[in-house]
Amino acid sequence: MTPLNRRTFIQAAGGGAALATLGFPSLVLGAARRVVVVGGGVGGCTAAKYLRKLAPDIAVTLIESKPAYTSCFMSNEVLSGDRTLQSLTFGYDGLRGYGVEVIEDSVVGIDPERKRVQTAGGSRFDYDACIVSPGVGFKWDAIEGYDEQIANQSIPHAWYAGPQTQLLRNQIESMPEGGHVIIVAPPNPFKCPPGPYERASQIALYCKHHKPRAKITILDAKDAFSKQGLYIEGWTKLYGYGTDDSMIQWVSAAQGGAIEGLDASTRTLVGLVEDFQGDVVNIIPPQKANAIAFAADLVDGDWCPVDKRTFESTRHQHIYVLGDASSASKMPKSAYAANSQAKVAAAAIAARFQGKEPGDPTFVNTCYSIVGEDFGISVAAVYSLDAETNSIEPIPGSGGVSPANASPEIRKREVSYAHSWFKNVINDMMK
Amino acid sequence: MNSKKTINTQGCNRLLSLLALLALVPFQLSAESARLPAGPSGQALAFTCAGCHGTDGSSVGPSMPAIAGMDPEVFVDAMKAYRQDERNPSIMNRIAKAYTDEQFEAMGWFFASQRLRLFPQPYDPRLAEQGARLHDDYCEKCHENGGRPGDAGTLAGQWMPYLHFTMEDFISGKRKWPRKMQRKVDAAIEEAGGDAIPALVNYYGSQQ
Ligand SMILES: Cc1cc2nc3c(=O)[nH]c(=O)nc-3n(C[C@H](O)[C@H](O)[C@H](O)COP(=O)(O)OP(=O)(O)OC[C@H]3O[C@@H](n4cnc5c(N)ncnc54)[C@H](O)[C@@H]3O)c2cc1C
Repeated sequence: MTPLNRRTFIQAAGGGAALATLGFPSLVLGAARRVVVVGGGVGGCTAAKYLRKLAPDIAVTLIESKPAYTSCFMSNEVLSGDRTLQSLTFGYDGLRGYGVEVIEDSVVGIDPERKRVQTAGGSRFDYDACIVSPGVGFKWDAIEGYDEQIANQSIPHAWYAGPQTQLLRNQIESMPEGGHVIIVAPPNPFKCPPGPYERASQIALYCKHHKPRAKITILDAKDAFSKQGLYIEGWTKLYGYGTDDSMIQWVSAAQGGAIEGLDASTRTLVGLVEDFQGDVVNIIPPQKANAIAFAADLVDGDWCPVDKRTFESTRHQHIYVLGDASSASKMPKSAYAANSQAKVAAAAIAARFQGKEPGDPTFVNTCYSIVGEDFGISVAAVYSLDAETNSIEPIPGSGGVSPANASPEIRKREVSYAHSWFKNVINDMMK
Repeated sequence: MNSKKTINTQGCNRLLSLLALLALVPFQLSAESARLPAGPSGQALAFTCAGCHGTDGSSVGPSMPAIAGMDPEVFVDAMKAYRQDERNPSIMNRIAKAYTDEQFEAMGWFFASQRLRLFPQPYDPRLAEQGARLHDDYCEKCHENGGRPGDAGTLAGQWMPYLHFTMEDFISGKRKWPRKMQRKVDAAIEEAGGDAIPALVNYYGSQQ
C-alpha cells in the first residue's frame, strides 16, 4: 500500500548509513511528528490508535478530562436494568499499549498559529496536527428554567452516560406504581438520532415487568424520527402502542410536543399548546459542538465545518475535527460514524506527514437499537465523498433500515448483533 | 491540497531527492502504485468493517464472525451472495450493495493478509468431543485441518453463536448449501440427532 515507507526507503537507499551521507537524514526520516488528540471518546481514541497502527513513528498524545470513558451507546440498557454503568466504563490502558500518551486534563485553548494546545492544568502541547473530538455540548438557554445544576440534581439529561444515567434509573425505580415518565426529545441535529426512542423503549421494558401501569410520554421537537416505522412496529407489538392502553405515547411537535420551559419544582413542562407533568422527567436539550470547539474558533454556527476528504477544519489548518462536534452531513452523529471518520483522518494525517495526498475516503455507519426483549432493529449506510459539494453521500441502492415485519428470529438476532457491535466498537477504539 | 500550501524550498529539495531515490526502489513498488485504481484503498474500505468485525477482522463479539485471515475468494463470494440477497437478510445485504466486485476483492486481500486472533469462549467438552468425531466423518474433506481458515471459510475458533446462526440458516433453507454439504449435514444429523449441530459448533468453538 505504501509505495515508499520508511523501511523500503532505507533499503532502497542501501541501508541507514547511506542516508547520513546524503546530508538530510532528519528531513527524510522526519523528526518525530506529533499529533495531539483532544477528547478521549470514540473519535479521539480511534484516531489515536489508528495513527499508531498506521505510522508508529508518529508521537500521539491524547488529552481527556475524565479518568475513564463511559460509553453513551448501550447506556439506555442501564435504564431497563439490563446493564450496569460499570459495564460501560473503560480505562485508557489499552491505548497506552499502542504507545499513545494519555493525559488526564481539560483542554482550554488551541493556538492554530503556534500549533499549541493549552490545558486547564497549565500544560502546553505543541503539535504538527491536532485532532479534536470533544462531542456535543448543550444549549442551556433553549428551555427556560432548565440548567446544568438542575440536570445534575433532579431532572437529568443523561445524554452523557454517567451519574445522570444512574440518577434517571433510580428515579424510574422509585416512582409510584402508575407513574408517568416524560422524555423531552431534541430538535435535529443531535447525538444519536434514534437514542430518545430507544430510551423510551428501554424504560418501557423495565416498566412492563415492574410497573405495568406506568406511562411514558415522548414530547418531541420534531414531527418525525429515526427508524420511526420500526419503533412503532416494536411498540405496537410489545407495549400496546396505538391502543388506549399504550405504555408509550409520542407527541410530535405538530401535536404540541415542542417544549419551551420547565418548572423544576413541580416537574412541569411548558409546551406551546399545553403543559405536561411527570413523576420522572428527562430533558434531552438541543445540542451544539462542545465548548472547546467554540473556544478554539472551530465552529460556524453550532458545529465545526470540515473538509470531508480528511476532516481537517476549514477554519484552521492542521486541526481535524471528528465525531459529534463536526458538521459531517449526511452522516448522523453516532459512535460508528465517529469511529469511521477517525480512520479517515488518521490515514490523511499519516499520508500528509509522508508528503503524500490523502486517498479517497470511505465511510460506514451502523446503528442498532434495542426496542425490547428479543427485538432489535438497525440502520446501516455506506458513504462516499462527493468532492464537488463537500458532502458525504450514501451510496445509492445500499443501506437502509431493517426490513419491516421481519421474522422474530431476525429481530432477536439483531439484539445479539447490537451487543456484539458494542464489544467490537469499544475494542476497535481503545483496546 | 494543504500539503501543497506548506511546501517550501526545503520541501521541494526533499521532493526532488525523494524522486531521485524512487528510481532506486525495486520496480514492483512503482508498478503497484500505477495499478492502484481510483477510489478508496482496500485498507480504507476494510477499516470501516472493524466497528462490527473487530480491528483488522478479529471479532471480539460472539455474534459477528471473525474475518481476519479469510480466504479472499470465500470473502468475495460471501459478499456477492449478500449483495444479491442470497443469504438470510439482516444487515450485511444492505451494506454489501454499496460495493463493486473490485472493492470486494481489495477488501478480501486486506483481510486475507491479517493474522486471525482467536478469543476463548465457553464450550461443552463432551459435545466438543462428539463434534470432533462428526467433523472427521462428515466435514473434514472440505473443511480441512479441523476447519482452519482455508478455501471453505473459517470454522476453527469461530464464534459459536455466529456458527449457530449460520447452521440455522442452512437448515431452514435461507442460505444456499454449498455442493454436497446438505447431504453431509443430513448424514451427521442422522447419526447424532439433535446433538449433531451443537456438537459440531462446540467442537469448532473449542479450538482456541
Ligand atoms: C443514550 C445514547 C445512546 C447512544 N447509542 C448509540 C448507538 O447505539 N450507536 C452509535 O453508533 N452511537 C450511539 N450513541 C452516540 C455516540 O455516543 C456518540 O455519537 C459518540 O460518542 C461520538 O463520539 P465523539 O468522539 O464525537 O464524542 P464522545 O464519545 O462524546 O467523546 C468526547 C470526549 O471528549 C472529552 N472532552 C470534551 N471536551 C474536552 C476538553 N476540553 N478537554 C479534554 N477532553 C474533553 C469528553 O470528556 C469525552 O470523553 C448514543 C448516544 C447516547 C447519548
